[in-house]
Amino acid sequence: MTTEHNVAQIALFTALIAALGLIPQLTLAFGVPITAQSLGVMLCGTVLGARSGFYAALLFVGLVAIGLPLLAGGRGGLGLFTSPTAGFLIGFPVAAFCTGYAMERMSGLAITWAAMIASIIGGVLVLYAFGISGMAIVLGRSLPEAALLVTAFIPGDVIKAVLAGLITAALYRARPRSVMSRG
Amino acid sequence: MISLTSPVRTRAHDWPAGAKLLALCVVSVVLFALPYWQAQLVAAIAVLVLYALPGQIFLRFGLRRIWSLWPFVLLLMAWHLITGAPREGAVIVLRMLSAVALANLVTMTTTLDAMMGVVNRILRPFASLGVNLRKIELAAAMVIRFTPVLTEKGAALTMAWRARARHRAGWRVILPFLVLALDDADHVADALRARGGFGMDENK
Repeated sequence: MTTEHNVAQIALFTALIAALGLIPQLTLAFGVPITAQSLGVMLCGTVLGARSGFYAALLFVGLVAIGLPLLAGGRGGLGLFTSPTAGFLIGFPVAAFCTGYAMERMSGLAITWAAMIASIIGGVLVLYAFGISGMAIVLGRSLPEAALLVTAFIPGDVIKAVLAGLITAALYRARPRSVMSRG
Repeated sequence: MISLTSPVRTRAHDWPAGAKLLALCVVSVVLFALPYWQAQLVAAIAVLVLYALPGQIFLRFGLRRIWSLWPFVLLLMAWHLITGAPREGAVIVLRMLSAVALANLVTMTTTLDAMMGVVNRILRPFASLGVNLRKIELAAAMVIRFTPVLTEKGAALTMAWRARARHRAGWRVILPFLVLALDDADHVADALRARGGFGMDENK
């Protein structure tokens, strides 16, 4: 793969994370319209792998910081980095990296399972560790108290991890060479 | 793409972006270190005055951006009234509101170009460590160009789905969406190569 390919893929995945948050009528499961943005972060890891996935998510966070309205609902700007949900945003690159890293480590496992488990590790466990820490700091709460505030959202994100697994596996079947984490 | 910068031009637009960002960092750290509710109240009022100074349109535009914090304000107030520590609650609520509002103020009064300039200056010293500014700038430009393109394509996909199914488009629509993005990446990469690319031939 050429450098140009790598940069173009990173940029397009960054745009994909944004687009997943901006498409209006996307209903993921049980008729509940949940934002697919963290699904985009998981896919960065499972499809691009640790390194490029990390860059794509980092580029996303960087562009949000300098004021592009790329977050779900057209939000963006520096205010998000001091808000109670800042931890989730700051955790995006690390979550993508950990998802990709776990994915690369599980190359022996069937791709659906590998991508699901990797997404749960990176996109749920790691991302929530950042999110909960951020909430604890901004809201002046202890970590368990902050964790309590976000438990309602965890099932939705586990569903997204499962979907990330299914989508990655389907992509692998359709175009094996596109799944870089299995290269 | 919609803009997060203010619809009204203020004097703060002319101030150097780097100085605004540095001031924001310092003030945010101080806000988080101040445990007194009186001090937090003064700070919050000062921030409100800053919002009000450029006029009504600016004030309304700015407050709309902070409005999304209301669930947290409600939650914190309820929590601290129940646990009987209203002063501590006031410190946390006011601090959160001022910190977000101030950061938002910097975004509202700083153009994208000015922000990019600051990022450029911060990253330049890292060029010797292998950080390629051209690649980053190009990638950023591609994201700005392709986010609306992909959003449009995604919307078209969901519409195509709705034309054929009784239900709303579900997660299955994401796979073709992903393939579209990867195709676009291939085209862009080929176009870049054809125009000389990054000119570094470690390429295989």
